[in-house]
Amino acid sequence: MALVERSTPYQASWFERIPTQWWVVGLLLLIMPAIANDFILFQVFGWTFLLGMIALSLMFLAGYGGMVSLIQMSVAALGGYMVAIFGTSGVESISMGLPWWLYIPIAVIIAAIFGTIVGALAVRTEGIYTIMITLAIASAFFYFTRQNYGIFNGYSGFNLVVPPQLFGVDWRQSVPFYYLTLGCATLSYLAVVYVSRSPFGLALQGVRDNPRRMAALGFNVTAHRIAAYTFASVIAAFGGILLVWQNAQISPGTAGIPAVIDILVIAVVGGVRRPIGPFIGALIYTVLRTFSPDILTGLGMSGERFKLLIGLGFLAVVFFSPDGVLGLWERWRARRGSNRDPLTGDSK
Amino acid sequence: MGQADGMGNFYRRRPIWSLIIAIAVAIVLWMIFAPWPEGLVDALGRKKIFLNAVFGGITLGALYFLVASGFTLIFGLMRNVNLAHGSLYLLGGYIGYEVSDATGSWLLAFPVVFVLVAGLGLILQNQVFRRMEGEELRQTMVTIGLSVVIADIMLWIWGGQSYTILSPEWLSGPTELPIVSSIKSNGETVYLRYPAVRIAILVAAIVIGLAMWLVLNKSRLGMLIRAGVDDREMLAASGVRIQYVFLAVFAFGAGLAGMAGIVGGTFQSLSPGEDTRFLLASLVVVIVGGMGSIPGAAIGALIIGLSEQIGLVYAPTYSVVFTFLIMAAVLAFRPQGLLGTVR
Repeated sequence: MALVERSTPYQASWFERIPTQWWVVGLLLLIMPAIANDFILFQVFGWTFLLGMIALSLMFLAGYGGMVSLIQMSVAALGGYMVAIFGTSGVESISMGLPWWLYIPIAVIIAAIFGTIVGALAVRTEGIYTIMITLAIASAFFYFTRQNYGIFNGYSGFNLVVPPQLFGVDWRQSVPFYYLTLGCATLSYLAVVYVSRSPFGLALQGVRDNPRRMAALGFNVTAHRIAAYTFASVIAAFGGILLVWQNAQISPGTAGIPAVIDILVIAVVGGVRRPIGPFIGALIYTVLRTFSPDILTGLGMSGERFKLLIGLGFLAVVFFSPDGVLGLWERWRARRGSNRDPLTGDSK
Repeated sequence: MGQADGMGNFYRRRPIWSLIIAIAVAIVLWMIFAPWPEGLVDALGRKKIFLNAVFGGITLGALYFLVASGFTLIFGLMRNVNLAHGSLYLLGGYIGYEVSDATGSWLLAFPVVFVLVAGLGLILQNQVFRRMEGEELRQTMVTIGLSVVIADIMLWIWGGQSYTILSPEWLSGPTELPIVSSIKSNGETVYLRYPAVRIAILVAAIVIGLAMWLVLNKSRLGMLIRAGVDDREMLAASGVRIQYVFLAVFAFGAGLAGMAGIVGGTFQSLSPGEDTRFLLASLVVVIVGGMGSIPGAAIGALIIGLSEQIGLVYAPTYSVVFTFLIMAAVLAFRPQGLLGTVR
């Protein structure tokens, strides 16, 4: 009763608190199929959203947990592999052909278990060691899938892995796939935002900032970190399932070292301080990757040098703005509207 | 002295572990030197296969040691995480190939590569790492970016095919080792034959390892380096120009990785992707052996090389998993590595 009687000032509902820019971006994304052609929808945006999801899982660990994990691509690839193994694929001797409502949860759960185990190992170390250990495990995963023929079908992997025909829609058509990835990306974005504001997310950020103090306050530091890995693995697994559906195939190269590093590049270029960063990074990466061969040939160079372009771009970003493109943007805005607090230096 | 004291303490503190290690070493030595009885041959196959796996593993371990010792030294002293270390290895290999191809001299390639790659290391330390001292995460990112760029430039210049550096005449062909491979039915003993170049690599790695240990433990420079590993600020405060020590160590580690590239190019091959392979091998070796410890790097390299080769012979599908399991076990029970110290 007391709660009701207290006269609270008018609080805008969450619906009204969403800034205008978000409405514009959201609307633009929703009507994108009317503007863009199939290639842009399927290749550029589909890829952006699913890579963004995998990078988002890294952002969650790095940004809120302070743990830069390079295992996320392997977790995603494991999810994709499980879809191929438990669902249908061109390799009929291995694939079990279970229905979609069974194989998707199985895939996500197995990938999450794998991510959790890796996390449990990785949290025994800190900072730079985490990167090295997850990188080493990711490469072990790559070599293992390449050598194992019984489960992962070795070098060739699985082909013809397509999404199920639900509600009479072929989800690999560009427009349905665009909305599918957009929906999944939005959901995982909202999930990360929600979790980051939940008691668990706040405790995780506390652990990131000062693990000893959090331990003294009675929080189980290790459990929070491992749980963060589990949550991130679930997002990465969904990203991996979309990835295998988009490519219609999966092979060891999907989680090779270059791919693992690409995810790090995407997250860092976008910025790991906010959940939107990975998606911006993924968009930049995908656009560069898709169009740089044309640009490079236009400049009279071989189109194969796009890796050089991406590497140089990444170097420039980490050299000049450790917090990514978003950090650049924020600093630029802060400099323009010089309404800073004279004491703390924070922009108002 | 310090080493001997450490060993003595180890017996006293861990008597059971010492016993287990001693028994394991004795069994391995017996398996290498004694002729095998029938039962063992039935269980494991011919002794020659086992011996080849063991020697292959030791040689591979020697190569890993050459790459990883520079990595661990740089990390131990400067807390610099150089994830472009594998690129230095591959670059050294390619330059070595060009030099030995142009001059026809395998030995000449070593000093040339050492100087060139060490020079690149100097530039890296002076222009990149000095600007972001203490920012480990940023260093990692920058060196990952550098390795991507260097890998693509190398792909541009040398293409995607694989190269093998020809070993000189006097090292080609096999030599006979005083180790019994098998005993023929007529009582004649067959000795193990093994490529001479691999023996040379092994000897070179042992010499370099011993030299590094001597320099680190017996010379003034080594004293400075060890002091820097323990307490960098204090060393700088006592008037040592620590940046020069850093430059020297970084250049040496880079040059060593470059020379290892020639070695790797001689007894294996050079192709795109080898850079990440050797970076990962160094990572695993220093994780197992302990960050910043040269003896740790030697033990780690030996363990990883042996497990890789023996695994490849006896369980081809799962050889990678062995490496990984060793790493996981070390992490689970001794996160600082076998010979690492907690800081």
